[in-house]
Amino acid sequence: MEKLQQIDGVAAPLMRANIDTDIITPGKRIATTEREKMGEIAFEPLRFNDDGSENPDFVLNQDRYRDAQVLITGPNFGCGSSRETAVWALRGLGIRCVIGESFGDIFYNNCFQNSVLPVRLSAEEIAELATEVGPDRNNLSVQIDVAAKTITAPSGRVMHFELAPDRQQALLQGLDDIAQTLQHAEAIAKFQANDRTSRSWIHATPWQSNPSAEA
Amino acid sequence: MDAPRTLVDKIWDQHVIADLGDGVDLLHVDRHLLHDLSGARALAEVRDKGHKVHSPQLTISTPDHTISTATGRREDSTENSRKLATLLRTQSDVHGIAHFPVGDPRQGIVHVVGPELGFTLPGCLLVCGDSHTSTHGALGALAWGIGSSEVVHVLATQTVRQRRPKRMRINVNGNLGPGVTAKDLILHIIGRLGVDAGTGYAVEYAGNTITGLSIEERMTICNLSIEFGARMGLIAPDATTLAYLQGKAFAPKAADWDAATAAWAELATDPDAVFDHEEQINAADIAPQITWGTSPEHTVAIDQKIPALAQIVDPIKRSLAEAALSYQGLSAGSSIAGTPVDWVFVGSCTNGRLSDLEAAAEIAKGRQVAKGVTARIVPGSMAVKKAAEEKGLDRIFTAAGFEWREPGCAQCVSTNGEYVPPGARCVSTSNRNFVGRQGPGARTHLASPAMAAAAAIAGHITDSRKI
Ligand code: SF4
Repeated sequence: MEKLQQIDGVAAPLMRANIDTDIITPGKRIATTEREKMGEIAFEPLRFNDDGSENPDFVLNQDRYRDAQVLITGPNFGCGSSRETAVWALRGLGIRCVIGESFGDIFYNNCFQNSVLPVRLSAEEIAELATEVGPDRNNLSVQIDVAAKTITAPSGRVMHFELAPDRQQALLQGLDDIAQTLQHAEAIAKFQANDRTSRSWIHATPWQSNPSAEA
Repeated sequence: MDAPRTLVDKIWDQHVIADLGDGVDLLHVDRHLLHDLSGARALAEVRDKGHKVHSPQLTISTPDHTISTATGRREDSTENSRKLATLLRTQSDVHGIAHFPVGDPRQGIVHVVGPELGFTLPGCLLVCGDSHTSTHGALGALAWGIGSSEVVHVLATQTVRQRRPKRMRINVNGNLGPGVTAKDLILHIIGRLGVDAGTGYAVEYAGNTITGLSIEERMTICNLSIEFGARMGLIAPDATTLAYLQGKAFAPKAADWDAATAAWAELATDPDAVFDHEEQINAADIAPQITWGTSPEHTVAIDQKIPALAQIVDPIKRSLAEAALSYQGLSAGSSIAGTPVDWVFVGSCTNGRLSDLEAAAEIAKGRQVAKGVTARIVPGSMAVKKAAEEKGLDRIFTAAGFEWREPGCAQCVSTNGEYVPPGARCVSTSNRNFVGRQGPGARTHLASPAMAAAAAIAGHITDSRKI
């Protein structure tokens, strides 16, 4: 996984509540879209008109926000399904940080599997930040420091955010979850060995056509 | 004496392999389900990353999301299934995972198949790359939906890294009125609590209404936990649970059964255990429900009116309601009953089991689907289909003008290309009424199987108790 230490880039305000995973990556498109191309269908219902042309009202279609690396959103962003395609789509658009009041649980977790930082701030802080990068402003750049857990707004105002230490380390070092877990391989094997005695019924697997596969 | 614990904590504690610090535990996964949409790619990724599947014997796979549900369908009948269902089958074979392909009597929607085979067990930790995995909590399993990267992680390690959720208990007491179902109860709960009330929580459902429900009804309840934000919803196993599981194909047998049932007897929240949040619901208050908007919390009783915008205090919720009504082609403050419908869909992991089809058939029997309405019945699994046909439900439906189809997710998500057409209004027994969920421009109203069947017969949204 790619490291994420600092971001210095444009922030775009997408101030709508409950943007669900079907808006971020519509169900009818995800099965046929490759992971690398997921950015092309990101926010499709908002981003494009019925005839496929760009909807000029959508914030990321406006030239000043097109290269945004940070998205400021309304509450409950990423609610809905478990589809990780939503985070792939954000990455595809170049987004590395989503700032919101609250997030769908699964979406929040999926962000950390893809080097995207989800930041929870209060409604007031979000409103202020959104105003600072609003359509009437010139400087749209924010600086985010993962190690210091700070966001510097265009005005120079510094906001602090919470981030669990393990999440922070994983982002800073670009750590892959599987490699980390496999360091516990012995503990996993020991758990299963004990469990075969204490909960034998979990390990009797009659659906296996070849019962010896479990040995 | 040990401190009193909730059911969630008891199951959780039993599965901890290592404390990863900062509240995150490494947990053993007892049961893992794979389907075509997220599972096929994950298996390919395990191979691409050079990993091995750690414990293939604890996983089963079956296609549901992308496959056709038309009579005579095959694995490659849709563009998506030609790719993903085939990949799931071939990759399952490569990794030694038991697979139930199209045509197999055990094929079906993962959340229907797991319980009916006895693959899902009380006290087990079960995950699947699908948010409605909470369904399995109906048997007292701790079950939740995971993302695609986590699916790869489970395959490679047989574990999940997870932070312990907060605990909520929803106590439901009293008798549901005649013609009021588990679907109505859970839609009512979502409408009352709102779509993000459960975020960060594992929810235990308790109370005499819940213990009085069948396992299939409990599955409908647990299934919809995610629609108010809770990743896990579960119900303590009891005599009803044991009666349901005994004799199921993959359920424990002989000495294993005795050992398992002895262990399962411990699976209840201790009397003094403390929850982070509790809710009380009176079942007697509830009428059949139907959603009017594009969020599961946009729900009303059939005899009520769509809320007037002025009634919605929160300005964000009000503007969402306004947008939802314009998408749905409805007006605030008007009656939901009487709204004409074009489509009806009975199926999905929420309401695609035998008792759901029986409820719909009871309404359909001897009646006719209204002119101009397309009404589809999609059994949740091959086993459900077979059992329904043995009871003659298929003939009741086809005689009434419903389509009787093959098992799969179908119009719940439409990743198999079976869309509700743009602008068409569909009463659906599924779980999500999001914009475009059943196809671009499709308008969805979530309701129970009886309400859906009643809408098909009447040609408009109507009270199933009065048909
Ligand atoms: S029926 Fe719907 S909710 Fe259930 S697994 Fe299939 S797509 Fe998901």
